[in-house]
Amino acid sequence: MKARVIVSFKDEVLDPQGLTIKNALHSLGYKFIKDVRQGKVFDIEIDGISVEDARKYLQEIADKVLANPVIEKFHWEIIEK
Amino acid sequence: MKNKKNMKFGVVIFPGSNCDYDTYYVLKEVLNQDTIFLWHKDHDLKGVDAIILPGGFSYGDYLRTGAIAKFSPLMREVKEFALKGGLVLGICNGFQILLEMGLLPGAMLRNKNLKFLCQFVYLRVENPDTPFTKLCKKHQVLKIPIAHFDGNYYAPPEIMEKLKRNNQIVLRYSTSKGEITEEANVNGSMENIAGIINEKGNVMGLMPHPERASEKILGSEDGQYIFKSMINSWIK
Repeated sequence: MKARVIVSFKDEVLDPQGLTIKNALHSLGYKFIKDVRQGKVFDIEIDGISVEDARKYLQEIADKVLANPVIEKFHWEIIEK
Repeated sequence: MKNKKNMKFGVVIFPGSNCDYDTYYVLKEVLNQDTIFLWHKDHDLKGVDAIILPGGFSYGDYLRTGAIAKFSPLMREVKEFALKGGLVLGICNGFQILLEMGLLPGAMLRNKNLKFLCQFVYLRVENPDTPFTKLCKKHQVLKIPIAHFDGNYYAPPEIMEKLKRNNQIVLRYSTSKGEITEEANVNGSMENIAGIINEKGNVMGLMPHPERASEKILGSEDGQYIFKSMINSWIK
């Protein structure tokens, strides 16, 4: 089974790296770029548990380890069963 | 426990700590305190009176600064020690670890200018009524260096309110004259925050490195105020 967890800054948290990327894109002429937010992607391989359990543990792992809930939000999905 | 002559400090070593020996040296050789190293994989605090989480790059800053170190075996004991009222000081990466552990509120973002900052800064003492600053005067200015990439302190509004209300903001980046300005706020921290303390008043984190400013030859002795305050508050 394969899962993907995406962690990104909460909307209210300033992301200086995303801002710098946006400015670079603007200087290259891509003026239509309104905003860039940088995040992290975790591709996780899972073995030996049910899909149901995987959902439970992914939520737990993302909240406890992969994201810092003070500044970050996360989204996960099972991409291959 | 207080019939001993000296206070016993424990400096925790994580893989990637790099200010552990500087901190040990200042406590042991400059300030003549009993000081030992504590290995992050142990489960024994060896009877120390205070714990220091030193600066560095524990676990290479992988995932987030301090994020992996909080799962080190010894941190269970450190957390218990802190919850029982033991003195815990987190310097730089140590501060980041305390935030990740939830022993201090808030989180660190990358410096606003996206640069690693290694320079002397000035800090205004906002709260001298802590075991870590009790030898300072209110609004005294300290000169201590910083060396970090992620020191841009962030806290959601309700936590910031609480920090202010409880006087938990201990140190703020200032000018040499003690003015709190935007220019002095080198890393972009909210409210110019350089150091905070927990509500109970026994756990403090700061981004500047007092161990790098505890001898004249290094350009400043102001870092001694932090360590000497800890010693002083333990004796009394």
